[in-house]
Amino acid sequence: MTPADAATRIRDRFGIEPVVDGSTVTAVVPPERWQEVGRVAREELGCLYFNWLSAVDWKADGLEVLCRVENLDAGLVLVLRTRLAPGAERCPTLTGVWRGADWMERECYDMFGVVFEGHPDLRRMLLPEDWEGHPLRKDYAVDTPHLPYR
Amino acid sequence: MEVKPPVPQIPPPVWSDFKDLQEWEKYHQERADADKTSAALASIADAVHHLPGGWILVTSTEKIFNWARSSSIWPVTFGLACCAIEMMATFASRFDVERFGMVPWASPRHSDLMIVSGTVTIKMAPMLRRIYDQMPDPKWVVSMGSCANSGGPFRHGYHVVKGVDRVVPVDVYVPGCPPTPDSLMYGLLKLQEKVAEFQRTGTRATAEITE
Repeated sequence: MTPADAATRIRDRFGIEPVVDGSTVTAVVPPERWQEVGRVAREELGCLYFNWLSAVDWKADGLEVLCRVENLDAGLVLVLRTRLAPGAERCPTLTGVWRGADWMERECYDMFGVVFEGHPDLRRMLLPEDWEGHPLRKDYAVDTPHLPYR
Repeated sequence: MEVKPPVPQIPPPVWSDFKDLQEWEKYHQERADADKTSAALASIADAVHHLPGGWILVTSTEKIFNWARSSSIWPVTFGLACCAIEMMATFASRFDVERFGMVPWASPRHSDLMIVSGTVTIKMAPMLRRIYDQMPDPKWVVSMGSCANSGGPFRHGYHVVKGVDRVVPVDVYVPGCPPTPDSLMYGLLKLQEKVAEFQRTGTRATAEITE
């Protein structure tokens, strides 16, 4: 499974054009097909290793969720990106595909407020339970003092 | 002819204009008045003071108490971040603060001093406050390093308390990132000087001596 093979496989299957850069294949996926692409990446492309999942806040253009999965035997790196609609916070979960996505999605919920639908236990990961807001959003007021300790 | 460049006239900074200092004024905690003097002990000292020759007893016992306090300050072992490594080096044999009577002690119930060594996150602040509350009076706090002093490089982050003096009253601030064992030791010696002036038996005795 070379990167070019993987790109062809994704193009034939989903009709999207992945970008190949060295061993890295980047595919921009609509949120509706997020789980489906994940399942294909795991079962057909052999990407068993779930490296990380995170998000980017593009302000008025909405949130973007991205994750990186790898086929360690073939040296293939697959970066999946999906752009949520402006103002939307809901994204399908990948926990059914990779168990390792569990805590990553909890952290992403913690920091960005992305609600992963179908996640078994979507609680805050790092911050205290009574924290208000999601600090890695661009509109989070960092320097506003909140009593008692902030 | 020599042409001199114009010298820019920069007005001296006014400290009250700095936003960070305004925040410090507003949010920092001070030692409570009840913690500075004890009313009961002050009344006892007052009574003894009026006995013939009593003022010698009052002032000298206070001196003895403060000598005892300042020469056996036990810091609670409370390391938060990388400053704790320097704190451990200060406690260890090369710098050896044990010669000042400081024994790092693993229980807040037996300690007099808390060295806040490192970044205080907002999640950690309630636990820090609890350890401080568990320590018996009289107690002191040394804020060690930039993070504990003001938040340091994380001051404008979302997760760090902007100075540990928002949580507990601080006696000595030791700057540095991290402070060397020498700086911490200097701070601890300054604290000893401060403890030596500590007044638990009321302010009356010293006030009348100075008259």
